[in-house]
Parts: sequence; structure tokens; C-alpha cells
Amino acid sequence: MFMKFAMRRRMLALCGMVAAALFLTQAMAPTTARAAEPIKIGFSMALTGALAGAGKAALIAMEIWREDTNKQGGLLGRQIEFVYYDDSTSASKVPGIYTKLLNIDKVDLVVSSYGTNEISPAMPIIMRKGLVFMSLFGLAVNDRFKYDRYFQIMPAGPVPKEDWSRGFFDLAMAQNPKPKSIALLAEDAEFARNAVAGARINAKKVGLNIVYDKTFPFGSKNVTPVIRAIKASGAELIYIGSYPHGSVGLVKAANELGLKAKMFGGGMVGLQFAAIQKNLGPMLNNIVNYDFWVPEPTLKFEGVEAFLKKYQAAAKGKKVDPLGHYLPPYAYAYLQILGQAVNTIGSLDQKAIAAHIHATTFNTVVGPVSFAENGEWAKTRTLQVQFRDIEPNNMDQFNHAGKRIVLYPKSVKSGEIVYPYK
Amino acid sequence: MFSGELFFNAIVSGLLIGGFYAAVALGLSITFGCLEIVNIAHPTFVIFGSYVTYILNVNFGLDPILAGLVFVPAFFVLGMFLYRFYYASFERAGQESLNGLAFFFGLMFTVEVLLILVYGVDYRLVSAPYIGQTWHLGYIDFPLRQTVPFVVGTAMTIGVYLFLSKTFLGRAIKAVSQDRLALQLMGADPIRVKQYAMGIAIATAAVAGSLLIILGPVEPSQGRLYIGRVFAMVVLGGMGSVSGTLIAALLIGVIESFVATFYGPSWAPAVSFGLLFITLALRPQGMFGRA
Amino acid sequence: MGRFWLGATGVFMAGLLFTGAVDNEFYFFSGYVILQGLIMATAWNILGGFTGYVNFGSAGFFAVGAYISVALHQALALPLPFLILASGMVCGLMGLATGYLTLRLKGIYFAISTLAMAIVLETVITNWEYVGGASGAYILTPKDSLFFASYVELLFMVMLIIAIAAVAFARYLSTSRTGKGLTAIRDDELAAECMGVPTLRLKLVSATAMGVFMGMAGAPFPFFITFVDPLSAFSLFIAVNAIAMPLIGGTKVWYGPVIGALILGLTQEITTVTISSELNLLIVGVVLIGFITLAPGGIVGLVQDFSRKRLRSKAAPSAGGDR
Repeated sequence: MFMKFAMRRRMLALCGMVAAALFLTQAMAPTTARAAEPIKIGFSMALTGALAGAGKAALIAMEIWREDTNKQGGLLGRQIEFVYYDDSTSASKVPGIYTKLLNIDKVDLVVSSYGTNEISPAMPIIMRKGLVFMSLFGLAVNDRFKYDRYFQIMPAGPVPKEDWSRGFFDLAMAQNPKPKSIALLAEDAEFARNAVAGARINAKKVGLNIVYDKTFPFGSKNVTPVIRAIKASGAELIYIGSYPHGSVGLVKAANELGLKAKMFGGGMVGLQFAAIQKNLGPMLNNIVNYDFWVPEPTLKFEGVEAFLKKYQAAAKGKKVDPLGHYLPPYAYAYLQILGQAVNTIGSLDQKAIAAHIHATTFNTVVGPVSFAENGEWAKTRTLQVQFRDIEPNNMDQFNHAGKRIVLYPKSVKSGEIVYPYK
Repeated sequence: MFSGELFFNAIVSGLLIGGFYAAVALGLSITFGCLEIVNIAHPTFVIFGSYVTYILNVNFGLDPILAGLVFVPAFFVLGMFLYRFYYASFERAGQESLNGLAFFFGLMFTVEVLLILVYGVDYRLVSAPYIGQTWHLGYIDFPLRQTVPFVVGTAMTIGVYLFLSKTFLGRAIKAVSQDRLALQLMGADPIRVKQYAMGIAIATAAVAGSLLIILGPVEPSQGRLYIGRVFAMVVLGGMGSVSGTLIAALLIGVIESFVATFYGPSWAPAVSFGLLFITLALRPQGMFGRA
Repeated sequence: MGRFWLGATGVFMAGLLFTGAVDNEFYFFSGYVILQGLIMATAWNILGGFTGYVNFGSAGFFAVGAYISVALHQALALPLPFLILASGMVCGLMGLATGYLTLRLKGIYFAISTLAMAIVLETVITNWEYVGGASGAYILTPKDSLFFASYVELLFMVMLIIAIAAVAFARYLSTSRTGKGLTAIRDDELAAECMGVPTLRLKLVSATAMGVFMGMAGAPFPFFITFVDPLSAFSLFIAVNAIAMPLIGGTKVWYGPVIGALILGLTQEITTVTISSELNLLIVGVVLIGFITLAPGGIVGLVQDFSRKRLRSKAAPSAGGDR
């Protein structure tokens, strides 16, 4: 009889768990308030998984835009509603999500998830429907698709892979005497590899001697040997494409081993995030690295400070980047452009909207934006910034000018380079 | 192009990281090697250790290593509880092989998600006065960020080794999977012995976690990167041999360091796992195990 | 025998009808993901469930299948069926080789070596520039989709055919003489060996079949997502699902993974579009742990226990009296 009893208890417990799970499912389902004929903007976003940090920050920025715009009367006089699903940083979920958005939720406009891997799977679906597709930080996605209604907000430039590192090389080659040798290092994943591939082309163009050109495994904990090998190569310039783990390890190792070079940095992801900046502190000094927005006077575009204020308030307690300089303004801007275009055209005619976006220079929180044929920025504005006078253990300093000097491009330059690095 | 500086630094750098690897693999060497419990969630407990270290470090400015040590008792209890649960659910029913494995798989997944729910996915880092400093011995560098984890990790491993070989409970732990009957004759309750063993194993994860976060930033899903590596060390070292695990950890550290310095760093993981694969195929008792 | 094939034909026809009647692509994208899980689960179970040897490297087989497909598509522009066959063959050989090297050992060594193998494979593919290496590779969806309305419908049907083949093979294995041998291995390998069961050969057959179907499941993947890189091909989700689905459904019978895949797959597809948070993942994890601890036989096991108990209580109606 014990068997029977145990069996029943087991069944009960199991039923309880399933019920609890179902309950959670119900409880968590987003309740969408039905306003009168809202305009629905659909997207997938990485809210869990490897890119969730970026995805959540982007979502906060996008929600701020929605509130701002709704307050001003929305789009075409209609309120804006978001329909979004979590792609859990998994590319294979993206096609399903966009078909659901288009065929079942019947959204009026679509924008992209964050990053190349999550943008690309949506392309064939959106192209078949002929929708305008605003995309958030994809690197050279449209090289293959050649879709004329694709617009990418990351300011890489019309030839994304090469434009990305152009500033770094322009700065280096303007020095006297000119540097002769370069070391290239990439972390093994999509973005870093492409950034370094572009740097390789640029290095060859300006006649630099590539003395080290290697990749290292994604997320590697021990990069000390790599820095040592680069040190031994005696390269004058060091261009690195890496992700947060790798970037932190490389900066620490470079300091520990007393790495000497004329310029160090390039395409290191992670050095733009407040938590990492605070931790690395003075180790960052003199590194020249890419960035998209820093609080320098030359980049105080209309609305950006008000936006960041709202973002920083909303980000509190959400466990995302507290300062939000890097990605959030762009997540706001890509909707801003779409919104301005829709309101100017006065309808949801996708062809007309795309033509308008191609023909117009938009004023956004990230400054004036105009697009090239392939949907990238008409001119690169990938900043090269140099860390200066960083104090240890102080996050607030990064909210002020003078810590990250913009060296490139000239139009927004805020100071002169300190050369050599060390 | 041979350079003594590169060569010796590659060795030192590999040994330093190897000492840290040993700290992560140590717990598994006990659970997997001695108890035959395939705790693939062990690296996730290490990450958990990193997070509790982070909390104490950020809120109270406690040294990361001390913070890790503070949590050793709590992790010990957690480990004992985990074994009780595991025993009641799987071992008693003789279902440990498949379901036990899957259980730890599910546990890994769940702990990871809980960490994300509580702490988010942002990178967490600690600060300590020695992070960023380097000792130099001739042309050989000892970055303290790696030297401290090496010293602590190696010391802990040797400590556990001594405990297992010198004390009664330690010997009982080593014997528990091999000769249950003898153990019972000696008057030790195997369940209880295993419970303590699991407690110790998880307790080491608290310290290993503090070492991990000294080395670099931590986020919840990072544990996965270590699963393969730590199993490789335990198997290479010979199941249940703590000294073997230490040697294997140092060896893998050095091999990875050499490949990274002299060949292509991107091939480093393939080398250590290739080594594991070959070992399993040719000499499954491990390089240092008894034949 | 007849009934199964009748059912399989029915499912196939239903699939065809579905592509004809429904033109909301969402269902095909979701269906594709569920079928992919179903194939992976069934393949995993051929070895894991039938013999007790756990494969942690499912994602490795899957990714190799996907990348063989990328490589052959780039080199020779072969049509999809050839890519699937080629991927199946390569991964089958891989399964055979892994099995040959490690299946003589205790199960846990096999589990760990599959883990190691997946990492070695990921490193190799990351460094294989021809298929894009770490930068990833684009595969543009072909314009031509036979007589289907869109390419995803074609992919859906392809996956359905592979799924039917995988399930049919799993069923064949478990009901034939070979299947009895496999069960003997799972229950007591030593005893089976003594009884004259050719254990190694049977295990190798299972390992090969597992590889074949996992490779086949991976082959259409690049066409499905259009951009494939090592991180998405070696995704942890693929490995988690391949293990979780059979365990939830039940590992001892061929239809266990099918049930598990349908339930877990559907749940995941639904939660993706209803709850956008980590809770989604948490539910999967908790339900998995719940099933493993409370219902080790999976859903199939629960149902069997339940019906057996009813039979028993019918046979002895007085049994309830002594409580």
C-alpha cells in the first residue's frame, strides 16, 4: 500500500509543479492595454542569454522613445504600442518571432533585435514583405542581402568592416615618425573577427608591416601568454578586436606585463561599459578604442542629455549598464528616424518611407544621420576615444567630459592624442 | 625563434592559471572521482561562489579571498543537503547514471537562471589592492592577479589532499565508492561519509569562485566554459586522485599557455580536450591513475 | 507494423495538407523548431535511452551537420537532399568513431568524451576559414521552393520526413531483436555480454544511427537561419533539449522522446511568445528537475505506472481495505 501512496504523492507533487509553471506562464503574460487603433511596432530582442545585457538596455531606451513620442501625440496621430518577444540570444528563434509578429500580431512596423546574429535570420522574412527594416548594431549584414529598405544605426560607415578601424589608422599614420609595424589580435567570434579583418585591409593599405596576426578563443580567461607574444613581436601599433571578458583580461595583462606600444586598443568591446570602466580604472589610461557616444562637448546633440537622464533613472535596479552611453542612444535614435519618416510621409507606405529615409538627413539624439545606398551611415562616425586621467574606483567620472577624449573623426574631435601609449 | 624569456614566462603563466584550474577541478575530483557523482553543475556552483564573493566585496569591502572563505560553511551545508536530495531521489533507487546526470544538468541550468534573475547579466568584478600589481623575478613576471589564485588554489588542493590521506574521514571518503562493505565493517555510515564529502566538494567551490572573480569579470553563464576543462583534469589525473588532478590542472595550464604563446591561441582548447579524448581512448584510468 | 506505417503516412499527409491549407508562415517556423527538437531527441534516445550511454555533445553532431551543409553548398552548390545525406554520413561516421574509441569504457567516460569532442569540433570549425570560421557564414534562402508556397514550408516538410525516418528507425531498433539486445545492455551490460549479446556491435550501431540523424537534423539549419556561426550552431539549447525531451517523455520506448519533444517544444514555442523573461527558462529547468526526481520514467512511465496500478486494483478489489 505504501507503493500506492508514494505513487499518488509523487503524482500530486508533479501536478503541483506543472500547475505552478502554468500559473507563472499566465501571470507573466504581458497584458496589453487596448487603446484605440494603436500603431504596433514589432521586434525581437535578446532579453535573456549572452546578449541580454545589451538587449535589456536597448529595450529601456526604446520604451523611453515610445513614452516621449506618445506624449507628443504618437505616430500619425495614433498611440504607439510595442509587441516584442525574447529571442534569448538564439538565432533560431528569430524567424519564428518575426513571422508571428507579421502574420498573427499584424504589426505595422518592424525593427531589429540587437547584433548581427539576431538580425540576419529576420532578413528573408522582412524582405518578402517589403517592410522597412531599421536595424540595431549589425555589422555588414546587408552585404549579402542588398535590401534597399534596410537601415542600420551603428555609425560604422558605408564600408562597415574597413570604416570601423579607419580612425585608428588615420591617427597612427598622422604621427611623426610614422609607425612601421602592427600586431593584430581577434577574439574568436563574429564581430571581433570582422573588425580585425577590416583592420588588416587598412594596415596593408597604409603599408604597415603586420608582425603578429592571431586569434584567441572566445571568453578565454588566460590571455597573458597572448600579450607576452605580442610584446615579443615588438609591434609599434596593437589593434585588438575582443569581447568584454577578453578585453578586461587583455587590459589587465598589458598593465601587468608592462606592455609598451605606440598605440593600443582599436575594437575592444566592453571598455564602453560603466562597470568595467570603473573596475579597470587607471589601467585604461591612454588606450585608444572605438566608442559611439561619450559625454564630450562636441557630442552634445539635441535631446541626448535629457534622454540619458531618463535612461539612467530607468536603469536603476534593472541590472543593466547604469550610464548607458554606448548602445541606448542609438536604440532611441533608430526608432526616432523611423518615427520621423512615418510622420513626414503621413502613411505607412513602406516604399515611400524607405525612399524618404534614403533621401533625408535626420536629426537624432546621436546627431545628424544620413544613410548610404546600402543602408549604412553615409559617412563613418565610429569614434576613436582615448582614456585620460582616469581615477581608480570612480564610476561618476565617466559621466563627465575630459575622461574619454574624442580623437576621431575630425568633425567631433575634442582633444589631441597622447602618443605613444606607453 | 626561440627566446628564453618567452619560454619561461609561458611556463610560469601556465602554472599560475593551472593552480586556479586545480581549485575548480578539486570539488569535482571528490564528487566525481570518489563518489562517482557526475556533478556537471560544479562550475555553476563556482560561479555562485563568485557572486557571493562579489556581494561581500562590493558592500563591505572584504577581500575577495576572505569573502570566499566566509561562505565555506554555508556551501558545505549546501553540499550536504544536495547529497541528501540526490541520495533520496536517485542513488537509493539505483537510477543515478542517467537521471542523476540529467538532474545536475537541470540544476546547472536552473542555478544559472536564478543568478540572472537576481543579479542580471551585467559583468561583475571585484577590487583588491593586489589586482593589477606584478612581481618581477628577472625577466619572469608574476602578475598578482594570477599569483594569488595560484597560491590559494594550490594550497587548498594540497590541504584537501592531506585531509583525504591523513584523517579517518578522509580515508573513508576515498574508500566509499570502492569498498563499501569494508567501510561498514569499520563502523562508518557510507551515506554520512558521502554527505560530508559532497559538503567539502561544494565548499571548495566557494573559494574557487572567489579566485575566478579575482582573475576577471564574471557573468552567470560562464560556468559552461569550464565544464569540459575540469572533467578533463579529473579524468587525466586519474579518478579520485587529488594529487593527479593537481598535476593535470597544472599541465593543462602549461599546455594552453604554450600553444597560446608559440602557436595560435585559438587552438589552445582543442589541445587540452584532444589530450583528454586520446587519454580516454588509450588509457582511461588517466595518465596518473593506477592501471 | 501496419498501424505504425499507416500512422506515419497519416502524419506525412497531414503535413502536406497543412502546407497547402495554412499560409501563415509562423506555424512552419515554429513547427520546424519543434521537429528539429524531435529529431535530436529521438536520435539522442537511440543511444542514451536504449543503451544508457549519455551523449553531452549533441550540439557537436548537429553543428557538424550544419557546417558540412554550408561547405558543400559553397563548394558544389548541391541541392538540399544531397546535403542532408552527406551530413548524415559524415556524422554517422563520427558517431561510429567516437563509439569505437570510447564505448568499451563505462558510460560516464563516453559522456565526458562527447563533451570534449564537441569542444574540439567547435575549435576546429571556429578556425575553418572556408566556412566563415568565427565570423560566420551567410546562406541565402533559395528562391525556388518546388511546389510549396514558400521555402520554409519546404524546409518544414523536409524536417517532417527526417523526423518520420528517425522515429521509424528508433521504433525498429526497439522492437526488433537488436532492441532486446540494447535493453539487455542498459539493464546489465556484463550479463548481456555473458549471454552472448554482441554488446559492442550493438552499441556501435546505436552510436552511428544517433550521429546520422543528428547530422541530418543539422543540415537544413543554415538555410533556416540564413546566417550561421559557431556560437549559434553549438548552442547549449540544442544539447539541453536533446537530453531534456527524452527524459520528460520517457527514455525506454521509442515514442517517449516524441511525446517529450512535442510537449517541451510546444511549451517553449508558446512561452517565447507569451512570457519574455528568464522565468521562461526557469520553468523549463524546474519542470526538468521535477520530472527527473519525481517521475524518472518520464510521462510514458507515469502513464504506465498508473494503468498498471489500475489493473492491479481491478484484479484485487479488496486491496484498498487494509489502509
